[in-house]
Order: sequence, then structure tokens, then C-alpha cells
Amino acid sequence: MARIIVVTSGKGGVGKTTTSAAIAMGLAKRGHKTAVIDFDVGLRNLDLIMGCERRVVYDLVNVINNEATLKQALIRDKRCDQLFILPASQTRDKDALTTEGVGKILEELAKDFKYIVCDSPAGIERGATLAMYFADDAFVVTNPEVSSVRDSDRMLGILSSKSRRAEKGEEPIKEYLLLSRYSPDRVKLGEMLSVDDVQEILSLHLLGVIPESKSVLNASNSGTPVILDELSDAGQAYADIVARYLGEDKPHRFIEEEKKGLFSKLLGRK
Amino acid sequence: MSTSSPTLQKAALEFKSTSLTVPVLLLASNNLSHIELQLKEKITQAPEFFKNSPLLIDLQKLNSQNLDCELPDLVKLVRDLGFMPIGIRGGSEQQNHIALEIKLPVHSMHGTNAPITNKPEPKTIAVVEVEEAKQPEQNQENKLITQPVRSGQRVYAKGDLIVTATVSAGAEIMAEGNIHVYGTLRGRALAGVLGNINSRIFCSDLQAELISIAGIYQLSDDLSPALAHKPVQISLDNQTLIIKDI
Repeated sequence: MARIIVVTSGKGGVGKTTTSAAIAMGLAKRGHKTAVIDFDVGLRNLDLIMGCERRVVYDLVNVINNEATLKQALIRDKRCDQLFILPASQTRDKDALTTEGVGKILEELAKDFKYIVCDSPAGIERGATLAMYFADDAFVVTNPEVSSVRDSDRMLGILSSKSRRAEKGEEPIKEYLLLSRYSPDRVKLGEMLSVDDVQEILSLHLLGVIPESKSVLNASNSGTPVILDELSDAGQAYADIVARYLGEDKPHRFIEEEKKGLFSKLLGRK
Repeated sequence: MSTSSPTLQKAALEFKSTSLTVPVLLLASNNLSHIELQLKEKITQAPEFFKNSPLLIDLQKLNSQNLDCELPDLVKLVRDLGFMPIGIRGGSEQQNHIALEIKLPVHSMHGTNAPITNKPEPKTIAVVEVEEAKQPEQNQENKLITQPVRSGQRVYAKGDLIVTATVSAGAEIMAEGNIHVYGTLRGRALAGVLGNINSRIFCSDLQAELISIAGIYQLSDDLSPALAHKPVQISLDNQTLIIKDI
């Protein structure tokens, strides 16, 4: 049975799409057949981050409206044959999404895929609520600053009350915290919330900390999920997160300020 | 209804609903002399209690035995004994009609106005019993929350509310009774929302945005910093919120 993961945050610009791309690629690289769906209808971005924007023919809304089959709309990644992308429509808005339509797509994908990653749009409106409605796991991406933390908190409330699992009274969605754009030296200066501060407010299982890194922007610009940049700290952070999600025991990194010597040692590690 | 009369500066009246505890006279016999005798016995046991006491006359049991009753005579009888009948219930259509003729209100039997003739007999056999008329039941609807209450969520308890996790900023917890938070309270906590001034708020770490008991509230801005981040109890005394550490 497929596991449906929603990558969500409430707030925009915290790294949901970067995370979706990285996690999906990470899972696929480990041999799990993975699909990643862009729910941000009207503000399509995932295709850019995945570097497949020139191969989009059909999209999510086409499939919902029966204008295309799922097979036609799914784009196979060129770097990893286990990874498929279902892009959002750029010319529509989120009202084009229906619960039945999304449910049908996920059901069909679940027959064939091991993991389905849903990239949620910002906000708590239709697109975001539909992205999380069918989820089994939720990756809550949060930046270490107060507004992002509060929005995540709000999102967690919605996850626990408005999902299919909540409505059916099943086991609740498993929620994980991903703290992104973390900068230990700014935390030290008191300019940023620390991991502990965020944990205290959200009381959530920490899946990983992704450091603020130039490599993320470079990766986005070149259409390569940052996890493929194995030398970068952000890439390694995502690799750790995938490993932890799959049950491996990896110590947390990038929380403390790294000394230069140790840092280069870490970079040499795969 | 015109309320815009220029002379009417302020509403002279308003309608409210209330529930009272009223003695109910459950009749099991239509023999007036028997009733008189037994009522007198009851009265001698507690003369002060029954003096000028309002009384609701319940005819359901009589009707279920197909016994009729001379309502005007009965009303005269209980009046003579010092009761103040405030209506009947469970009467037949004819009895309801008679009651209204002698200006006696007709009350519904547990929400239904229909005469109850073939219902099973009530289990109580006491002649006079004090009925609790829909009192809000305390301790009946307490709520226990073990998950964090997230920003934007609202929780309402009809009795006491117990939260064993944190209450986030932007969340709202309300209770008609007391509130206990065995975690950090960052959101809004409103106890005694129906006006119970004896309700209290307990929390193990006070960082609330707003606390309120029976409508008297205080914002976090007004909270003494000395009490923040501490386990406290909040009570209401003479329209003022009292915050004490535990």
C-alpha cells in the first residue's frame, strides 16, 4: 500500500517545493517508486525545481477533468526512473480541484507507487486542504521565525481535524517537523529561534534540520533537486531526512555551529 | 413591534428564559378527600416548606388509569391548603381546556404538549416530589484533551476542561466550568463562560494571550511579568482576576 506524504507549512516561501522535490528524489533514488504531485494550481513551480518544465503536456486538472489519463500526465524523471512528476495547471485556479477528483487520482497512483509526495500550496485554502486531506504522513516545513512557527501550528491543527483520517476516526496523520533555512550562528546571536524554541512551541517529532545554504538556490535555478548535490550541506540534510523517515537512526546535524575542520570532514562523507 | 419610539431611550423590559425547581403533585387517585387527607399529612411534616409553595399538578398518571378529575375542585382544594398552583401537565385535551378557562397554564410533558394517555406509568409513586427542572448538570460534560491545541483550534467543554498538552498561541479553550492546562498555556483560556464566577483556571506555565473567568478578562499585556512562565491558578474575586502561583 502506498504511503501518501504531504509537504505543508501554511506559510509561503519556507521551502515546501524544494523539500517535496528533494524528498521525492531521495525516496526514488533508494529504489522506491515515487510520484510527486504539485497541488499549487495556478502557481506551478515544482516542474521548475525538478527541471521538467519543458516536458509538461497534461496536468493535474486535466486528469481530474478526464481530459487526459494519469499515464499521459505523469512525467518520468530523466535522472531517476523510479520518480514521476504530476505537474499542476498554470492556467486554472484551485477551484478546479475536487475532493473526488484528487481522491481518484491518489487511489489510482496508490496501485502502482510506493510513495506519493503531495506538494501543498501555501495557505489553508482549497489547494492546501486537498493536498493534505488524503495524507498518511505530513512533513511540516518550518522556518525558525515566529510567523512561520505559528502558521505551522495552525496547519497542524487542520491536519488533526480536517483530514480523511480524522473524519473517519482512523489513526491520525503522522506529523514530522522539518526545520529549514536554519542558521546556527544566527541562532547563537539570538536572531533566530533555536531548534528547542520551535520544538517547545510545536511539540513535534523533528525529522531533520536543513541549514540555510546557497546550494538550495543554485539547485532551484538549475532545476536539480538539492538532494542530488551530495557535497552540499542542504543536500546531505535531505538525505538524512529521507533515511530517518525510512527508519534509519541518524544523529541530527547542522544544529550546532560547525567548526571549519569538522565541516570539511563532513563534506567528505557520503 | 415598534422599538423606535422617540420617547423610548432604553428598553424597559426584556424577555429571558429560566428554569425553576418546582414541586410537582403527581396524582395517583381522583378521590379528592383522599388527596386532601394525604396532602395534609405531608404538610404537617414540613409546614413552612409548603406554605405558599408553587405547585405543578401532574395528571399523567391519572389519565393513564383513565381516571378523570374535577380540575376546578382540585385547584380549590390545593389553594385552600396553602399551595399556589402554577399549572397542570399531562392533562387530556378536555382538562387542558378547563385549565385554560380557570386561567391555569398548561405545561408540556417533557417537551410534548400532547395528552399522554397510553404511556407506561412513571416509576415514582411519591405523591409530592421535587423535580429538578433541567438544571445544568455539573461534572457531566467534562472534557479531556491529550493532544496539543493548535493555533486556530477551539475547544469547548460544558463542564471542566482538562488539557494535558500545550495550548498554542491563537488557540481558544473555553469551559463552562474550570480549566486545567498541564502544559504551556499560550492561547486564550475562558472559564465559566456561562457566568460561573466560582470557576478557575489552572495552568503549569502561564503565557496566555487572554484569560477570562465569567466574562472578566485580562490580556497578556496586563499580566504581571512576575507570574509569567509559572504554574498559577486564576480565580475571580469581586470582579477582579486573582492570579496566584501554586
